Amino acid sequence: MIPLQAVSLALVAAGGLGVVLARDVVRQAFVNGFYGLSLVVLFLVFQAPDVALSAITVGGAAAPLVIAISIARVNRRERGR
Amino acid sequence: MTRRLRTGLFLAGGAGLSALFAWGFAGLPAFGDYHGVYGRLLNRDALGQTHAMSAIAAVTFDYRGFDTMGEDFILFASVLGVALLLRQVRERDVDAGQAVETSDPVRAVGAIAVPAFFLLGLFVIAHGYLTPGGGFQGGVVVAIAIVLLSIAVDYGSYAALVRKPLADLVDGLGAGAYVAVGVGGLLAGSAFLESFVSRGKIGELTSSGTIALLSWASGLEVAGATLLLASEFLEELLARRQR
Amino acid sequence: MSYLPYALAGWLFVVGLYGVVTSRNLIHLVVCVSVIQSATYVLLLAIGYVKGGTAPIFNGIALGTKAVDPVVQALTLTDVVVSVTSMALLLAIAVEVHKRTGTLDPDELREQHG
Repeated sequence: MIPLQAVSLALVAAGGLGVVLARDVVRQAFVNGFYGLSLVVLFLVFQAPDVALSAITVGGAAAPLVIAISIARVNRRERGR
Repeated sequence: MTRRLRTGLFLAGGAGLSALFAWGFAGLPAFGDYHGVYGRLLNRDALGQTHAMSAIAAVTFDYRGFDTMGEDFILFASVLGVALLLRQVRERDVDAGQAVETSDPVRAVGAIAVPAFFLLGLFVIAHGYLTPGGGFQGGVVVAIAIVLLSIAVDYGSYAALVRKPLADLVDGLGAGAYVAVGVGGLLAGSAFLESFVSRGKIGELTSSGTIALLSWASGLEVAGATLLLASEFLEELLARRQR
Repeated sequence: MSYLPYALAGWLFVVGLYGVVTSRNLIHLVVCVSVIQSATYVLLLAIGYVKGGTAPIFNGIALGTKAVDPVVQALTLTDVVVSVTSMALLLAIAVEVHKRTGTLDPDELREQHG
């Protein structure tokens, strides 16, 4: 296994742990973005450009969109009460 | 069940699960030591049989086209669920004027970015079988380019452009087009989803038969579904209290 | 060393499951479910990897060069796009739960139904 693969594996492992341990949802949304990026690097290093392309569009745009809107919706309700 | 009991139960179960994983993964061939025959056969023959340069697109839309149809319908059903859930219980009207006013630099960047990303998305869908890409990736890019309109300009113009029935129509049209291309194979006298369009020359945009058509159908469906999802969520956010 | 990617898949699965079990916020729970899903992507791609192989796109590359498995990549790429939609469905349910009960804490939800 080449060193690049080992480093990206370590980053993904750390990112996954970070996503779970981030209890505040706003912070978790940021860590999720970083985790998605590390997954993209891992997919590229595994010679899978198609999967990396899906992961980057989904993890960079679609997932943060739905997460952020859900958080905003819940916070607006909390504030309006 | 208290929290501590649940965590303790999980730690015990998790240890067992990890042991099961370790035992199972130890039986797999080592990383990089690939034994599969199917993959090697496909890499050798996909270009010659389907005239698609990307073996992945050939697998997605030709050899395993039926599975991709299933994935399209999973997408369709999930978005249907979101629409049902969020539309039925919306008890207040949408107030589009509540959106934040955007500054001039944001509008300037948006004016350049939105058409550029839209074209990029269409490019990715169109070249799915020549380069990495395809209907799924390009569909998401196209949808996000249109959603970018709501951030760069304001929600009102986005809502005027992407009316709910239009997004519904595009989504359903894409899913139906995929099945229609499959039925076309039946009508041409061969199997469902078998290619009935000529394969063309390798490397051109008009090559690889029905892979191109299926890629466009998938792209349409994914774009419509993502747009619908974004519209539902944005409207959920911007709805104002009626009372 | 050569089983490390499989260990990563198992690690992501167990860590995500831990997040689901000990979560205090439904939105946090949904993101942890997506971590579990990414464990399967890593496993699939790790199985299909060929040492010294290139991406299975023969655009300018001669046929017969060693390439990784295209089947698992096809499975994974459709899965990645579909997973965000199912995550959106779960988030919509979480938002609805908050609308009806006023809380996002799974423990409190349990107590409300007696």
